Amino acid sequence: MRFTVTLSGETDFNGWREAARALALNDVKAGDIGWRTGEDQDLFANPTPLPAAPEGATMNVPRAFIDKAQAVICHSDPHRFALLYRLLLAMRKTPHLMKIASDPDVMALRDLEKSVRRDIHKMRAFVRFVRVSDGSHERFVAWFEPDHYIVEGNAPFFVRRFAGMHWTILTPHRSVQWNGERLSFGEGATKADAPKEDASDALWKTYFANIFNPARLKVKAMEAEMPKKYWRNLPEASLIPDLIKGAESAARDMLERMPTMPAPHHAKIQERLWSAPPEAPPDDAKSLGELRRQAEGCRRCPLWQDATQTVFGEGPESARIVFVGEQPGDQEDIAGKPFVGPAGKVFDEVIEEAGIERQKLYVTNAVKHFKFEPRGKRRIHQKPNAGEVKACRWWLDQELGFIKPDLVVAMGATAAQSLLGKAVPITRMRGTIVTRDDGLRVFLTIHPSFILRIPEAAEAQAERERFLADMQQVKELAG
Amino acid sequence: MSKLSTREKLAILADAAKYDASCASSGAAGRNSLKTKGIGSTEGSGICHSYAPDGRCISLLKILLTNFCIYDCAYCVNRSSSNVKRARFTVEEVVNLTLDFYKRNYIEGLFLSSGVIRSPDETMAEMVEIARRLRIDHAYQGYIHLKTIPEASDDLVEQAGLYADRLSINVELPTDAGVHQLAPQKKPETIRVSMARLRSRIEERSEPTMRTKKRARFVPGGQSTQMIVGADATTDADILSTSARLYAGYRLRRVYYSAFSPIPDSSAVLPLVKPPLMREHRLYQADWLMRFYGFERQEITAGRADGMLDLEVDPKLAWALANRHVFPLDVNRAPRELLLRVPGLGAKVVDRMLAVRRHQRLRIEDLGRLCASIAKVRPFIVADGWSPRSLLDEENLRARLTPPARQLSLF
Repeated sequence: MRFTVTLSGETDFNGWREAARALALNDVKAGDIGWRTGEDQDLFANPTPLPAAPEGATMNVPRAFIDKAQAVICHSDPHRFALLYRLLLAMRKTPHLMKIASDPDVMALRDLEKSVRRDIHKMRAFVRFVRVSDGSHERFVAWFEPDHYIVEGNAPFFVRRFAGMHWTILTPHRSVQWNGERLSFGEGATKADAPKEDASDALWKTYFANIFNPARLKVKAMEAEMPKKYWRNLPEASLIPDLIKGAESAARDMLERMPTMPAPHHAKIQERLWSAPPEAPPDDAKSLGELRRQAEGCRRCPLWQDATQTVFGEGPESARIVFVGEQPGDQEDIAGKPFVGPAGKVFDEVIEEAGIERQKLYVTNAVKHFKFEPRGKRRIHQKPNAGEVKACRWWLDQELGFIKPDLVVAMGATAAQSLLGKAVPITRMRGTIVTRDDGLRVFLTIHPSFILRIPEAAEAQAERERFLADMQQVKELAG
Repeated sequence: MSKLSTREKLAILADAAKYDASCASSGAAGRNSLKTKGIGSTEGSGICHSYAPDGRCISLLKILLTNFCIYDCAYCVNRSSSNVKRARFTVEEVVNLTLDFYKRNYIEGLFLSSGVIRSPDETMAEMVEIARRLRIDHAYQGYIHLKTIPEASDDLVEQAGLYADRLSINVELPTDAGVHQLAPQKKPETIRVSMARLRSRIEERSEPTMRTKKRARFVPGGQSTQMIVGADATTDADILSTSARLYAGYRLRRVYYSAFSPIPDSSAVLPLVKPPLMREHRLYQADWLMRFYGFERQEITAGRADGMLDLEVDPKLAWALANRHVFPLDVNRAPRELLLRVPGLGAKVVDRMLAVRRHQRLRIEDLGRLCASIAKVRPFIVADGWSPRSLLDEENLRARLTPPARQLSLF
């Protein structure tokens, strides 16, 4: 038996769903159904009553299908109802059908959906409101020609965006109006019903003509995104032919014109603002502060190139203990301060437990720029090499020279190497003091980041205890 | 100087802004005017409201507050030595233009940049005031992108972040040496530190506050930057390594590449050439491969000794041709990260293939339906009903996959 279903309108999704459900539950073949909309002028089609659903029969369809179907129902293709029905039937046998992106009907559905979504998007883009003022009250009216039946579905977007305006969008099939409180839909209209031109169009055209760069003419790229069918309702589009025509000569003109004399005000600006050479820090630092300023522009090794800034030591010049780490990490590089990242947090906690005040310490690194390898959104720490450590000793030696501490704590192998001038087995020698030739006492321990790298919690805790014991020893040594 | 009309100023200050490539209006927090009864909304992805014949989208009202500038950057139309006409908008003019354009649905919002007049703080303060008036006085919920002036005070950047969806600071050129040479008064160190500060501010604000557990709204669209390509001799390899460093270090949403373009009244330092549009395009493709396709910067540029990207074929195809030993890949077995390396397979198509694969085997006809163009894919894959056999080893494979040289529609 053949069925004819009459839907109440072009976008009657609920009507389609009711009918399709009843028909599919009775396994009616897709070819046996004629789909019409109330707006079709087909006098010969008599609606057939729908068959009753078999008792206890149920139908489940995935959400993905419903979402797509609701969009596709707005398409102007008269075959869309039949396509949706075919898919619904097929899903009874193959519930995962929507996942089979290469299935011809699933593809057809995707193409229709894409076309509807594009139309919705282009309507949001290309509607142009014209301001109409009747006395004190202002309204905005637009004329738009969509490809599909999208006015109802798209209206809420315009409400969200233009809630404070009173506006009307006229299209051939439907019109929609917002009075600041309520949406209402009406019959279609013609272009003649819409106001012609807005006073702002002249400004908009001025903007359009001047934001265009004639040296980069790419007409195809423009037409791909703004097809000509839209041009007749876009005020700026009337400029396009002339802009294209004039582009070549405008660009050539820029290329061929000889550079002119500098503008008259240029000399004055140069004189007033840029004539004094930038103040260079003195070559010979007289204080820790001067040394810090010198280090800002350090080029003694190439690490500055990829880093944000020099991360110099921090703390009072009167400090009795100096802590030396390896190099700044990601957080330190961003903040410009040493030991503020995850390892810095461990360091702070442990020295506090040991009764050492950070404010009284001078904390610095063997290498003052962050060495890393970019990996996506992260920067992966890389160990500085011997050359980089050696280059940066220039700064560490001078820091120690100004502070003249009683004790230096070398945290990790890099710090030890920098302070002692040779590689030292840290795990074996931690907790001991090495006295340098110049009499400076260097206490050896691990770098707190070592604790963070231990995956096993109990082991990490044990390592933290050992580090705490080292810090307690430092506290005693310093008196 | 005679007084200019708003329209005359708009002509000058739009022309002055067009060399900034960014026009994105995406990434903003969801916002609308339902409650405020003002105007404006942002819903994640932006909308391009028009296209200029240069193929670029027009999404934002992209203008300069003023093109008077104390800097003399050789590549810039607004440098202090240039003889271009100068103009300066009032705060009110920019606010009104933005609202008028927005109400007519011409734009998604405002992208405001400026030449630096007198002091960075004075200029920045006016830009912030424009954003404040739009947001507070006019309950405007549309998009705002402010170009931050690197030397501006922390306090102003903080305020800018409260009103703007996106802030950007241009690194100008890919290398410090380039900046010293062509923009002698700009300091790359200051620019880097500004980006670093912005990153830490954005991160601080994204932590939920103790009391309300709500995140403060602060530059929801993140930060971006732009560099000019082709004004100095930097190679593509160096440009991409700068990008990799910027993405990783400052969590940038986007790095824009702007092909150095002829400007009116050029500087004698920089002989003008046609803009290297294809190079710019290849850089964007390579940037995409790094961010969404799991390619490392070194892999992309390893193929050529001169450190430049191949202009004839896209970087993914270039990589595949240079790494034929990886192929052919069996589309029924290869993992996602490898499928993403097949020329002609985009991320969307790969995800669809993986979904199909869970239920049935992929035949070559299936792929034909899933891909936009199967010709490019075929030599690199094995599917049911298809094996490339010796196709992959053929000498002329590159020639077969290279689109015929096309007259570029530049001039």
